[in-house]
Amino acid sequence: MSATVEFTIDGKEIPAQPGQTILEAAQQAGVYIPRLCWCKGLVPHGSCRVCTVLVNGRPQAACTQPVAPGVVVENNTEKVTALRRNIIEMLFVEGNHFCMFCEKSGNCELQALAYRFGITAPKYPYLFPQRDVDASHPDVLLDRNRCILCGRCVRASRDVDGKHVFDFVGRGPHKRIAVNAAARLAETDLKVADKAVEVCPVGAILKKRVGYAVPVGQRQYDQQPIGSDIEAAPAGGR
Amino acid sequence: MSQNGKPKVATTSLAGCFGCHMSLLDIDDRILKLVELVDFDKSPVDDIKEFTGRCAVGLIEGGCCNEENVRVLRDFRAHCDILIAVGDCATMGGIPALRNNIPLQECYDEAYRNGPTVYNPSGRIPDDPELPLLLNRVYPIQEVVKIDYFLPGCPPPADTLWAALTALLGNQPVQLPYGLLKYD
Repeated sequence: MSATVEFTIDGKEIPAQPGQTILEAAQQAGVYIPRLCWCKGLVPHGSCRVCTVLVNGRPQAACTQPVAPGVVVENNTEKVTALRRNIIEMLFVEGNHFCMFCEKSGNCELQALAYRFGITAPKYPYLFPQRDVDASHPDVLLDRNRCILCGRCVRASRDVDGKHVFDFVGRGPHKRIAVNAAARLAETDLKVADKAVEVCPVGAILKKRVGYAVPVGQRQYDQQPIGSDIEAAPAGGR
Repeated sequence: MSQNGKPKVATTSLAGCFGCHMSLLDIDDRILKLVELVDFDKSPVDDIKEFTGRCAVGLIEGGCCNEENVRVLRDFRAHCDILIAVGDCATMGGIPALRNNIPLQECYDEAYRNGPTVYNPSGRIPDDPELPLLLNRVYPIQEVVKIDYFLPGCPPPADTLWAALTALLGNQPVQLPYGLLKYD
């Protein structure tokens, strides 16, 4: 673990190995960079832009941008935080996120980020888009109302499960997650134990019959903000 | 302000379930402190139907699903210095907004003609002039009038309502600690 690259995040010296991304190096040093589409064990996608940092003043996705010696990174500044808040707010208004009855509530990364940023209501008008639900699979529910198009399930199914059950179809506002079958999720070889089911950050892909098992107050983000585990860990501990 | 010098608070439930008002009652014995601090004007708490004067704070539960909701909401904006959206229905439409991507006619047909428990041989949809007309969809209240503060939650915890009300009545900014900001 000999650090050979040094750079700064918000003025703090961060040691890193060549080839690491800014997000990985930050995490190792106990600095949390908010993220949504990034997931441990999956190829970085760089699509949600929540991990945007300013690298020498230029916006870059920290999950795909490699470290470089001496670069100056802005992470937890007013400007960057405002940008991230706007992205989170847009994700809320462009889907149908009904937290009050969602099984994922309390364990949802999108909701947890909104809590962390103190968002009480988005500043944008709600779109209430028409989205569909695929409940055909015996063990897994696919609710596109809650999908934020992070692509974690696409990558997990393709790269980890080796099945390629999910992929994107359409462009722009018509983009949606599709299944590799003539019609429904039940006709794919998706299994409930697949990585693709586990990695969904929101309530779009859910295991059936296990909802609401953990009482309110004991769920993942009820007491501690998302990222506080990374901030609490000693440098080099991860 | 009322004659005894206390600031006045008004509350209402638009397209809501009164759960947020229940949460307000859930402040338990602090409600005795609250009635020392404020007087209630138009509110289901004291059953005053129309405003009797200027209010410091208006608490709005529920979104706007019909023309009556819009009238009441505009009335609150005209009479209150500070308007607070209380709960998810006020903030984002909530459960009533589940109808927002179903055409209005389909909603009527399901409720009054085709629903599995409906008995309505005439097939007539209620149309008494007394009944407020439904809007094309349910609107979060900030899309109808200016809202000063939002307290999301279904309902917002009693501690959240208490923290916000006491801050405002003490001329302090509303700052919710982590754990009091909830969407569920």
